[in-house]
Amino acid sequence: MSRLDKLQGDAMLASLMSRRGFLIAATGTGVTLAFLRPGFAASDAAAVPVEQAFEPTIWYQIDRDGIVTVNITRAEMGQHVGTALARIVADELEANWDSVRIKHVDTDPKWGIMVTGGSWSVWQSFPYLSQAGAAGRIALIEEGAKLLGVSKTACSARNGMVVAGNKSISYADIVRKGKLARTFTADELKALPLKPAADRRLIGVPTQAIDIPSKTTGAARYGLDAEVAGMVYARPKLPPTRYGCSVTSIDDAEAKSVKGYIKSIALDDPSGTVPGWVVVFADSFYAADRAAEKVKVVWTTGAAAKISEKDILDHGVKLIEDLKTGSMVVNDDGVDQIFSSAKTTLERSYTTSTVLHFQLEPVNALAFENNGIWEIHTGNQWQSLILPTLAKALGVGEDKVVLRTYLLGGGFGRRLNGDYSVPAALASKALGKPVKLVFTRADDARFDSPRSPSVQRLWMAFDENKKVVGMEHHATAGWPTQVMIPVFMPKGKNGEPYDPFAISGADHWYTVGAHRVRAISNDLANDTFRPGWLRSVGPGWTNWALESFIDEAAHFAGVDPVAFRLGLLDAQGKNAGSAPSAVGGALRQANVVKRAAEKAGWGGQLPKDTGLGIATTFGQERDMPTWSACVARVKVDRSTGVVKLEKLTLVVDAGTIVHPDGALAQCEGAALWGASMALHEGTEFVNGQVRDTNLNSYTPLRIRDVPELDIEFIPSSEAPVGLGEPATTVVGPAIANAIFAAVGARLRHLPIRPDAVLKALKPA
Amino acid sequence: MTGFTLNGKPVSVDVADDTPLLWVVRDTIGFKGTKFGCGIGMCGACTVHLDGRAVRSCITPVNAVAGASVVTIEGLDPQGQHPLQKAWVATQTPQCGYCQSGQIMQAATLLKDYPNPSDADIDAVMNGNLCRCMAYARIRKAIKLAAAEMRGASA
Repeated sequence: MSRLDKLQGDAMLASLMSRRGFLIAATGTGVTLAFLRPGFAASDAAAVPVEQAFEPTIWYQIDRDGIVTVNITRAEMGQHVGTALARIVADELEANWDSVRIKHVDTDPKWGIMVTGGSWSVWQSFPYLSQAGAAGRIALIEEGAKLLGVSKTACSARNGMVVAGNKSISYADIVRKGKLARTFTADELKALPLKPAADRRLIGVPTQAIDIPSKTTGAARYGLDAEVAGMVYARPKLPPTRYGCSVTSIDDAEAKSVKGYIKSIALDDPSGTVPGWVVVFADSFYAADRAAEKVKVVWTTGAAAKISEKDILDHGVKLIEDLKTGSMVVNDDGVDQIFSSAKTTLERSYTTSTVLHFQLEPVNALAFENNGIWEIHTGNQWQSLILPTLAKALGVGEDKVVLRTYLLGGGFGRRLNGDYSVPAALASKALGKPVKLVFTRADDARFDSPRSPSVQRLWMAFDENKKVVGMEHHATAGWPTQVMIPVFMPKGKNGEPYDPFAISGADHWYTVGAHRVRAISNDLANDTFRPGWLRSVGPGWTNWALESFIDEAAHFAGVDPVAFRLGLLDAQGKNAGSAPSAVGGALRQANVVKRAAEKAGWGGQLPKDTGLGIATTFGQERDMPTWSACVARVKVDRSTGVVKLEKLTLVVDAGTIVHPDGALAQCEGAALWGASMALHEGTEFVNGQVRDTNLNSYTPLRIRDVPELDIEFIPSSEAPVGLGEPATTVVGPAIANAIFAAVGARLRHLPIRPDAVLKALKPA
Repeated sequence: MTGFTLNGKPVSVDVADDTPLLWVVRDTIGFKGTKFGCGIGMCGACTVHLDGRAVRSCITPVNAVAGASVVTIEGLDPQGQHPLQKAWVATQTPQCGYCQSGQIMQAATLLKDYPNPSDADIDAVMNGNLCRCMAYARIRKAIKLAAAEMRGASA
């Protein structure tokens, strides 16, 4: 389990559950289910002033009309998370789904850590939201029984009603007439009887997402749509490098010809987030945009101005070859002995290029001070990460900053890093007015925290029977967690810290004998740009290498790639799996491999230059495995090198599926992201900046590139795990393996370009 | 001053002649459903109808629409129940939703020209609209569903 994951999960659960009781009390407006603040005795609810008792943490309310409003602390960025989380509450609560509403909340310490990433939302929330729902149901049954004049054991709850024989009372009536004052201690909460899977009425049942209708009418509100009276518009002027720049001079003589231009200011940033930034103000965004083109700024430039993609990759090779560097994430006994005594060994290297998030809504923020509170209106995925930075930048306490919540015009990890809100806040402070800072597409691309380029080298040791007896996987890339929140880095077996998100995937569930995984931070990457968490993060490149390598190893051993994988997925030893989220271990991974192969017609006849390739992963993290397998079918044009992706077959075991159509949509999108990063998009650093900053040269997958999709979930009542990202991790290597199957060309760099295919096709 | 019709009502704006229609519609007049994505006409998030044809409002200067009729997503159907909008909900197409106003406005033009569009027609007309969530399979399905409803309604 990643350190961050543990910290996030533990912190949230500890602060919200373990040390606190649970209170249900009726007020003038309805029933609120709340966790008591520490210091209040849960058994003494009557003594708790009702208003205070609702703090600090509140998950849902039932009003006097029976409307259940579930508070959603996760960002909505296309995953319909509010619908899934509300279904979890409502199922245990036995609420009438038509009466359920969702409310995406602003930041407040009472919510605990606010983060939407890692495909964690359902997985992390399921236990406590289920318990919260069950607690409400029990309280409503008890009070309903009193109002009906029957024993509570004679009552059941269903569809927003408490029923006893032919008598019934609605939740609305209980709220209106009852005296709800039931409390639960933390231990009682933990012991609450949750429904058996067979009794679920909403979880796993098809439904429509609550957020969708407003996204078809223009009514949905994103960060870009935020406005406040008296605001001015602004566009940033970005310095030549991410770090180390300072402003020497600003010449805005030409900008003064732009109607509506106000002024340009060099930001003073105590947080160090935007060194050397200039902000150009005007009375409209268009004027700010035009004026920014005319403002001339002279900077002193950071060292990264001389750094390009090849320098970063070459540095990665050096780091891998220097065995003194890095962190040993896995380091079984006897790896070196196994390799020195092996009959044969296989060594291969794999690389990936820089990838942009390119979420369609360019980053933006509206910032202003309102009665001593700084309000930041923007879409964001990790409010708890950026709040302290905003406070530092503004020179105020964290309690003086609030992030107002909006829909995200795409997240994909970009908005986990809320750095874009800092220049908006500083600009507002500098100007003394509300400021709406909007990045152009090119500004957004240049300020992205892209997926780092990566270099990886893998080795496998075989005995005289071509049985796998040892494996090593060494990987280096820029590390987002090191750059943005180093305290969340765990230590490897050699005591060196590592970014779990940059290496997850290499700690796979294959039984390979003595196993070593070494993760190395590419410091040149970290110094050149701010590496980002991009949809699945490290598993997007570790599995590119791992699953390509496993395929090469299968061919090296003379074994069918599916059979080879199944042979290694034996669920022995550390790969047996364990509760709560990894029950079944590698056997469940083997199962999705088998099923995907079967569905895709593995082993059948195919037309000329057409091939099937398989890849399998556990999604992202060992403690939250989303068992995933993909078979890609490609046709390769030998004369042009163009790869036509014809079909993707995916089989996913994600345990309990809460919102089936939402789950499918996430897999569809994630799989196509995988295809896009394999065949369509990608960029390179040139002199400290990304080369491609708009769609004229950055070319994500479009509708005509979409292959046939066949996606299946394994029916399961195991713990629900994540679905937002896992499908991205299997597609790239499945495509490369399919290309090899089709024409015998082995591609070891992402993205796969036609010229690389042609080169690989040439006889050696 | 530039005058034109927006969603059926006459409007007049006092902005620089070369101001993109996108910012006039969004910020001067206040219809926020039309989105800013790339600013160079290559993502389609800003698509509106100009005299019934889909155009990219981010590269359309406001003086080019003087006297013309402009329709945004808010004006496509008074109740937001255009067959395309209903089909978008029925197929649960939007993910983040940011591109969908543009997708729907582009698709409305597609269905005018091709009441029964083939996959190739959809590819040709919709390829300029980027969906970064990659909800493309559902966009295709929704277009066909709406086309069927519109053919039925007009039959």
